Amino acid sequence: MTSTTASSATRRATDAPRMGAGRAAGRKRSSTILVTAILVVVALYFLVPVYWVLVASTKTTQDLFSTNGFLFSGHFALWDNLARVLSYDDGVFLQWFLNSVLYAGVGALLATYLAAAGGYALAKYEFRGRNAVFGTILGGVLVPGTATALPMFLLFSQMGLANTYWSVLIPSLVSPFGLFLCRIYAQATVDTALIEAARLDGAGELKIFHTIGLRVLTPALVTVFLFQLVGIWNNYFLPLVMLSDSRLYPITLGLNNWLSQVDRLPEFYELTTGGVLLSIIPLAIAMIVLQRFWRGGLTEGAVK
Amino acid sequence: MSSTPAAAPPATSQEDREIRTGRSRQAGTSRGNRSRAAARAPWILLAPFLALFTLTFVLPIIVALISSFTKVTRSGLFGEKGVSSGFAGFDNYAQALGDANFIASIGRVLLFGIVQVPVMIVLCTILALLLESASARWPGFFRAAYFMPYGVPGVIATILWSFLYVPGLSPFIDIAGSMGITLDFLGPDHVLWSIANIVTWSYTGYNMLIIVAQLKAIPGELYEAARVDGASPWRIARSIQLPLITPALVLTTVFSIIGTLQLFAEAQVLKTSAPAIDSQYTPNLSAYSTAFAYNDYNVAAAQAVLIALAAFILSFVFLRLTNRKSS
Repeated sequence: MTSTTASSATRRATDAPRMGAGRAAGRKRSSTILVTAILVVVALYFLVPVYWVLVASTKTTQDLFSTNGFLFSGHFALWDNLARVLSYDDGVFLQWFLNSVLYAGVGALLATYLAAAGGYALAKYEFRGRNAVFGTILGGVLVPGTATALPMFLLFSQMGLANTYWSVLIPSLVSPFGLFLCRIYAQATVDTALIEAARLDGAGELKIFHTIGLRVLTPALVTVFLFQLVGIWNNYFLPLVMLSDSRLYPITLGLNNWLSQVDRLPEFYELTTGGVLLSIIPLAIAMIVLQRFWRGGLTEGAVK
Repeated sequence: MSSTPAAAPPATSQEDREIRTGRSRQAGTSRGNRSRAAARAPWILLAPFLALFTLTFVLPIIVALISSFTKVTRSGLFGEKGVSSGFAGFDNYAQALGDANFIASIGRVLLFGIVQVPVMIVLCTILALLLESASARWPGFFRAAYFMPYGVPGVIATILWSFLYVPGLSPFIDIAGSMGITLDFLGPDHVLWSIANIVTWSYTGYNMLIIVAQLKAIPGELYEAARVDGASPWRIARSIQLPLITPALVLTTVFSIIGTLQLFAEAQVLKTSAPAIDSQYTPNLSAYSTAFAYNDYNVAAAQAVLIALAAFILSFVFLRLTNRKSS
C-alpha cells in the first residue's frame, strides 16, 4: 500500500513547522525509541519459545535437564537428534509430515476451487433458492468445527470412511467462509458486461467461469487458500477423532503421540524437541514470506 | 483452540450493487437453449460444494440432533442380548446439564474468555496502532515476528510452552528459583492462565494483522485533516483510528469467543504434564471423553449441541450489544 507510506511521509512533513524544528526532532527520536523498545520486548515474547526449542534440540537428553535452557551447551548434538527424529520407527516422522502436506495442500487447493465456483455462482446468477442456499452456507460459518467432528465420526464409521485418508480430507474440502469471501469478491470485481461479451462470443457458462471468473478472483483465492491451508495444517480435533492408525496421522497428532511417552522414556524429549523444530521451520518461513499476501487479500476484501 | 476462520470483510453495500444477469441475458439473446444452459450453470457450479457441505455440515448436525434425543438401552450385562434405541426426550440434555463437572467446565471457559479475550484484543489493537504509527522502526520485521506463531499449530505451540512450564526443563522456573521465587505454571490455580498465555501467544499476531489491514484502509486525507487541526497522535488514535477499526474489533472478538468455547487441544495436550487438568477440563474435552472414554455417544452429542448453542448465543448477544452501542 503505497498510499500509507506517502501519507506518513506527509504527516512527518507537516509535523515539522508546527513545533520548533529541533524540539520536534528530539521528540520524534524519543518516541521512536520508546515505541521500538516496546515492539522489541513484545517480539521477544513471541520468539522466545522458538529460540528455546532451537537451543533444546542441539542438546543431549542429559544436557537438556542439567544446563540452562537459554544457553547452548558444550556438546552440539543437533545432527544426531535430527537423524534420530527422521529414522525413528522406519521414518514415521517423514510419513506424518507428508500426510500433513497431503491433507493441507490437496485439501486447501480443492476447497479453494469449490468455494470459488460456489461463490461465483451465488454472486453472478439469479436463480430460485439462491438466498436460501446462501443463508444455509452462511450458517455453516458459525458452526464450530469441533461440534460437527463427533457426529461426523459416527456418520463416517457407518460409511466405512473412518480411519482412512478420506475421513480427514473430505471435511477439509469444504470452506463456507471461503465461499462467503469469494461471493463478496465476485460481486464487487467480476464485470457482468465481460460475462455478457463472452456469452455473445459463444463461450459456455463453465468456460466463462474458468477463464474470466477464476482469473479475476485470483487475489481472493490466494486468501481463501491460505486460510484453509493453515486451518487444515493446524487442525487437531478432527484427525484425533477420525484416525486410529498412526501411519495416517498428520504431524500434530504424531508429535503429541511422542510427547505423551516422555514420562516413561526420557529419550522422547529429544525426539519431540527435534520434531517440533523440524515442523516449525517450514511453516515459520511460509508465514513470514506469505504475510504480505494475507494482508493484501484482507485489505482488498475490506476495501472493495 | 482449533482453527477459527477470520476476517470477513465487512459486508456492506455490495449486495445492492449486483446486476440481474438473468434479465439482461434474455434481452441479449433469445435462443432458448442458451438461457436454459445459463439456468443450469449455477447449480452445476454449486453442486460439488453443496454435496460436500451436506455431507460434512448438514448431515452431522442432523445426526447430532437425532442422537442427542436418542436413548440406547443394552439388555444383558454387556449388551450381548441386543441393543435397542428409542426416543429419549431431553434425558441426555438433563444428564449433560446435571453433570457438575460439565457445568464447571463451561464456567471455566467463560472465566477464561472474560479475561483472555479482552487482554488479547487490547494487546493486538495496541500493537497494530504502534506498528502503523510513524514512530515504529522496522514494522515489516515486527509484523512477521508477531504473526509467526499463527503458523504453529495449537498442539505444537502447547508442546513448546509445556517445556517452558515443566519444572526441571523450564529456564523461567530456574531463573526465578535462583532469585528465591517459586513459579508453578501447572498447579491447579495457575494452569488455566498458562493455557490463556498459549492462546494469546498463538492468536494475537493474527488478530493484529486483521486490524492492521483495516487501519491501512483509512484514507490518508483523514490523518492530514487531523494534523492540520493540531490533533495529537493519542487523539488521532482515539477519535479516528479506533472508531474506524471497530468492525474488525467486533469480528475478532466474536471469533475469539467462539474459539474460547471450543478450547480443546491446549488442555488435552497439557494434561500429560499437568495433573490439575482432568478429562472434563473444557466442554469439548468433556464431550470427547464422554464419547470415547465412556462410549456414551448420545450424551456426547447433547454436549456438542449445547456447546454450539452457547457459541451462537454468546456471539449473538455480543453483536447485539455492540450494535446498540454504535447506533
